[in-house]
Amino acid sequence: MNKTVLEMNDITMQFGGVVAVNSLTMHVDQGEIVSLIGPNGAGKTTAFNVITGVYPPTNGNVFFNGNKIVENYPHGKMKKLYAGTDNGKYTEHIEPTPDQITRLGIARTFQNIRLWKSQSVFNNVLIAKHMLRTSNVFTATFHLNAAEEKRQREETAELLNILGLYEVRDNNCTSLPYGLQRRLEIARALATKPSLLLLDEPAAGMNPQETIELTDFVGKIRDDFKLTVCMIEHHMDLVMNISDRIYVLNFGALISQGTPAEVQSDPSVISAYLGEDENA
Amino acid sequence: MDKDKRKDLIIALALIALLFVVVVVLEQLLPRTSMLFTVLKKGSIYALVAVSMNLLNGFTGLFSLGQAGFMLLGAYTYAIFTIPMEQRAVVYQYYDGGIIQFSVPVFVGIVLAGIVAAIFAYLIGLPVLKLKSDYLAIATLGFAEIIRALFQWDKLGGLTNGSNLLRRFPVFKSSIFPIAVSAICIAIIVLLINSTYGRAFKAIRDDEVAAEAMGINLAHHKRMAFTISSFFAGISGALLAMFQTTVQASQFKSAMTYEILLIVVIGGIGSITGSCISSFLFIACSEWWLRFLDNAETYIGSFHVPLLRPGFRKVVFSVVIMAIVLLYQRGIMGDKELSISGIRKRLAERKKKKVKP
Repeated sequence: MNKTVLEMNDITMQFGGVVAVNSLTMHVDQGEIVSLIGPNGAGKTTAFNVITGVYPPTNGNVFFNGNKIVENYPHGKMKKLYAGTDNGKYTEHIEPTPDQITRLGIARTFQNIRLWKSQSVFNNVLIAKHMLRTSNVFTATFHLNAAEEKRQREETAELLNILGLYEVRDNNCTSLPYGLQRRLEIARALATKPSLLLLDEPAAGMNPQETIELTDFVGKIRDDFKLTVCMIEHHMDLVMNISDRIYVLNFGALISQGTPAEVQSDPSVISAYLGEDENA
Repeated sequence: MDKDKRKDLIIALALIALLFVVVVVLEQLLPRTSMLFTVLKKGSIYALVAVSMNLLNGFTGLFSLGQAGFMLLGAYTYAIFTIPMEQRAVVYQYYDGGIIQFSVPVFVGIVLAGIVAAIFAYLIGLPVLKLKSDYLAIATLGFAEIIRALFQWDKLGGLTNGSNLLRRFPVFKSSIFPIAVSAICIAIIVLLINSTYGRAFKAIRDDEVAAEAMGINLAHHKRMAFTISSFFAGISGALLAMFQTTVQASQFKSAMTYEILLIVVIGGIGSITGSCISSFLFIACSEWWLRFLDNAETYIGSFHVPLLRPGFRKVVFSVVIMAIVLLYQRGIMGDKELSISGIRKRLAERKKKKVKP
């Protein structure tokens, strides 16, 4: 049994009366690739945003490597509106900002590509290394951190080499084809040296060929960088091929979980998301 | 590659040295009252404040309009702390010689001007930097106006001399002084922008959400940019005080911030060299080159040129600025920099083109 890397307990996220995620409990083990699937608006990205500190949840907590990183309970106006059942179980307020979460070792990519558009491919990765610096603003300005700067540049070059982006390092990131921009986003996330990688629809907008390449790519980086991967995806070929386990969300609630084979044959998943096979 | 870089650096340093020599020689040759020196002095001061504003607006993406307020803080700090002891009774004649009974050397005064502006910026930044774009602009503009009013307040007269002038503090005579101070400060800003922090600032400008998700502490970095920018605005305020030889809060109107903003926009948002070039052009146009338009008694031969009268300069100036903004929508330089290596590349390309046909 591998150790649990990420654990979400009873996570509820309400925007006013709208329940985006309803009492979601899930866990991701060391070295796994876990997929989160479900129809549009099911609350998958919201779940990611709760893990990464974009919003504090309405209720519930998140553990990372055994440490509690996020916790909240309904209070104030939310007390009346709260739709969940496990009221009173959680008592702490832990609301980290996204940069603190990233520093703990959880990196993410975005559903709609969010590269730094004015920067070169190389700089996009190099900037992500900023958080690993030991220099302060004074030493950095007066180039007293030359050794660190050099090391970061070497690491960036190495990372780009591994991910096959070294040839285009001086191009502006917006000039890359779509598939490579996605890959650059992953490279940028890897530059922060994470142990858990969250991929939000990495294959969105990709053609079948690019999707197949991505499948191999995700498996490869998992092994090369000793990562645990959690991803949101709609391409079922990709999901079923590489996932160790799958969670299915619908209207914010977990409707099924298990191995790809289990989920595929679950009648509730078929009716909510996958649809009937035409030949059946 | 590295050899080229070193070569470029040497050329750049040589050019700067040459510039200083030229200024020194000109100061010997031309009368002290020549407009050229006014333009050099004021231009270099505005270049510094424009670059500091560019650091905030162009490189960090924080649209702040508080620059005049921080210049005011710098100017007052410098003046208050450097007026010689024996002059204090005269300057603070309505306030019994003021409450500060010591004075510091010029350089300490200049650094102090920056530090005071930076401290204020840090404190104001705590609440204000949570705002975005236009809201931040309004908040910082409001701050600048409050500071201006506060410094004219009678009750603070022992410190600020109320609405009276502060004067008789040490000033500079040669235009070398402001050029040198500005050059050093701008060089520091350039170093900062090229460092890992500068790259983080640009990331915040390009995409805040992504920057935060990649571990960049937004609040910390924004506050840092705001404080550093204000530090240099404060220093340029001190230089402006020295240039004008007197300081009065009512000079630092919001119109001054707009002038600086205009310089930044004309030079190119996100271009240091653009800000420098455009500040000299701006000052030269507004103070010198268009002066003849104000002269109502202009004759060409015996022809009396119509339209010319005091104030006409400003009409033409506005039209020129509008034309520049329309023709160069991203400013003179866009977000590019003028650099030796860039020029070298350009020349090499041109050579290649000439050989080909």
